[in-house]
Amino acid sequence: MGALRDVAIIAFSQTPLVRREEARNEVEMLMPIVVEVLEKAGLAHDEIDFVCSGSSDYLAGQAFSFVMTLDSVGPWPPISESHVDMDGAWALYEAWVKMQTGTVDTALVYSYGKSSPGDIRRVLTRQLDPYYLGPLWPDSVSLAALQARACLDRGVVTEAAMAEVAARSRQAAASNPFAQLTSSADADALLKEPMFVDPLRVHDCPPVTDGGAAIVLAAGDKARELCDRPAWIRGIDHRIEPHNLGLRDLTRSVSTEQAAARAGVGGAKVDLAELHAPFTHQELVLRRALGLADDTVVNPSGGALAANVVMASGLIRLGEAATRVSQGQADRAVAHATSGPCLQQNLVCVLEGE
Amino acid sequence: MAERIAVVGIGQTHHQSTRGDVSIAGLVREAAQRALDDAQYDWSDIDAVVIGKAPDFFEGVMMPELYLAEALGAVGKPMFRVHTAGSVGGSTAIVASDLIKAGIHKKVLTVAFEKQSESEAMWALSLPIPFQPPMHAGAGGYFAPHVRAYMQRSGAPDHIGILVVLKDRLNALKNPYAHLHDDTITFESVRDSMMLWDPIRYSETCPSSDGACAMVLTDEAGGDAAAHPAAWVHGTAMRSEPTMFAGRDTVSPLAGKDCAKDVFGQAGITNPREQIDVVEMYVPFSWFEPMWLENLGFAAEGDGWKMVEEGATQMTGDLPVNCSGGVLSSNPIGASGMLRFAEAAMQVRGQCGEHQIEGARTALGHAYGGGSQFYSMWVVGADKP
Repeated sequence: MGALRDVAIIAFSQTPLVRREEARNEVEMLMPIVVEVLEKAGLAHDEIDFVCSGSSDYLAGQAFSFVMTLDSVGPWPPISESHVDMDGAWALYEAWVKMQTGTVDTALVYSYGKSSPGDIRRVLTRQLDPYYLGPLWPDSVSLAALQARACLDRGVVTEAAMAEVAARSRQAAASNPFAQLTSSADADALLKEPMFVDPLRVHDCPPVTDGGAAIVLAAGDKARELCDRPAWIRGIDHRIEPHNLGLRDLTRSVSTEQAAARAGVGGAKVDLAELHAPFTHQELVLRRALGLADDTVVNPSGGALAANVVMASGLIRLGEAATRVSQGQADRAVAHATSGPCLQQNLVCVLEGE
Repeated sequence: MAERIAVVGIGQTHHQSTRGDVSIAGLVREAAQRALDDAQYDWSDIDAVVIGKAPDFFEGVMMPELYLAEALGAVGKPMFRVHTAGSVGGSTAIVASDLIKAGIHKKVLTVAFEKQSESEAMWALSLPIPFQPPMHAGAGGYFAPHVRAYMQRSGAPDHIGILVVLKDRLNALKNPYAHLHDDTITFESVRDSMMLWDPIRYSETCPSSDGACAMVLTDEAGGDAAAHPAAWVHGTAMRSEPTMFAGRDTVSPLAGKDCAKDVFGQAGITNPREQIDVVEMYVPFSWFEPMWLENLGFAAEGDGWKMVEEGATQMTGDLPVNCSGGVLSSNPIGASGMLRFAEAAMQVRGQCGEHQIEGARTALGHAYGGGSQFYSMWVVGADKP
């Protein structure tokens, strides 16, 4: 890879993350945060050079659902724009690549998902190999439970450590006004709860969430001009593993290790990490894959255990980490996004203040 | 930054209404293997995979790139999924090309596909959505009023659409990969075919196809060392505009004009009709050929149909359009845009066999999608930019 251009996250906005957004459709949900994120960035609508979004038709229950949602950015006169059927973290990656070509200096990224209209556990089974796995309808919680069992059997996690993750995340969420689930319960209390899908208890699993998020990126001096302390993207990479669970070591996250190495996570101290770990044991797997030290603050937002917007949880991790860098709470942060069953695909981003 | 981009490998499947002999993975791998063979590359040479397709409902698999990681040799690599409606095949190639242009990767495999036989695209497009105008039955119902408006505005005679489809389907006879190979087609047989969405007849409509297309893109060094002459990317552009905005012109959308202006500007093209040797444009319904000729600036407004009538867009004309047979002869939706981009590159590489335009040096690949609101285009040349 050649010399990279300095690109930073300069603004982040998110909707309230809620169990059910009934009153507003996707456009109505997104428009206020698009307006807000542009205001935060100090950019007018026509000063954005490139727009990229991420969403899935399988949540909206409609082919080409993103087509109408584009209305939320008011694309007139016509804009340079793209869309991925991936978490918004990958939309941000596409925008970052576009900025690396040197043809654009600013970009708006957004993503969203309303899981509430369907049964998300069953919907996600449609993401599996359609010939051999999908017909069995193994739901997302059951697959995560298989992974958790493998991790427990291998001794890489304990039920107590999983409960600690849940307790810490839901306690942290109390200071996040956007979070859906908060709790003051400690790990000992959580361990007394019954099993949900053994070995997962309800608190080991993410809530069902509706919401969306938007980020503005700017390059070089443009970022410095618009933001007191931009969160510079010092490294970003994503990798994928085999889809077939039998071909993977579910107790490791090899693709996170690969992406982290290329993003340069290990180069210096990580003050803070926002990890997209929908299940408690996955945070423990990811911490090891990223080589995080014990003193790294993990998921001060509460993470995906406090609110899990399918298709936007990764982008929200990037936004939460960047906001804390910009506010001076961290000099060097790691943001992570995942996709696919049992952490199949992972993106890692290193953010630094100046 | 701003590395040159070369197309060094191109592959496609034989497009058919039902590829029952292969899975989705088998279909995409067939195209990808052919692209690698053309480039004389191995799977391990590839740095990243960028895949595109139209709505996931068309096969009933949510985010199928996850399941295709093994089939496309992406394990341990970046795997990226693009979806920009009908323009997606072109957009996917552009996203892949940006990875090269930015200097992030040196060799990128890009793939686009649709396996329409796994479901029924027409009804997947026709779900009733609260508070949105219905699509009626399929895309033709949406586009027919645009065609009618074009005919009224330009004064084009009724037979222009017939001439377009006759040309494309006869061109398809020279393309072994094309879905439709009908050597009995005549002006009369098209004219007498059933009126589906007035003024669009059955025979003026694209087929429903299973198929995939793949390309290997490299940096300048890769292009210099290519096994077969590379096609060089001279410009890429994408534009989008809203669906329902009352101020838009659906007959000749501003997004299409802006996109063409951008891509021609990058390629140094000031007179497209003179400087472009061959065009692969996205024409799913016959009348879109004259409409896009005007939108892209090959003809003055209202004159596109005259180019068709004069035979200018025939293989023997001065601006051959869709020598491959185009979307009217093969329509694996998600791949249709990439096929346009790939066929343009094949022309400047001299790879088209019977549908080759001799001496083609500069070609345009064009794709559009949504309600004529998403555009992707590239200009490729036999020479380095």
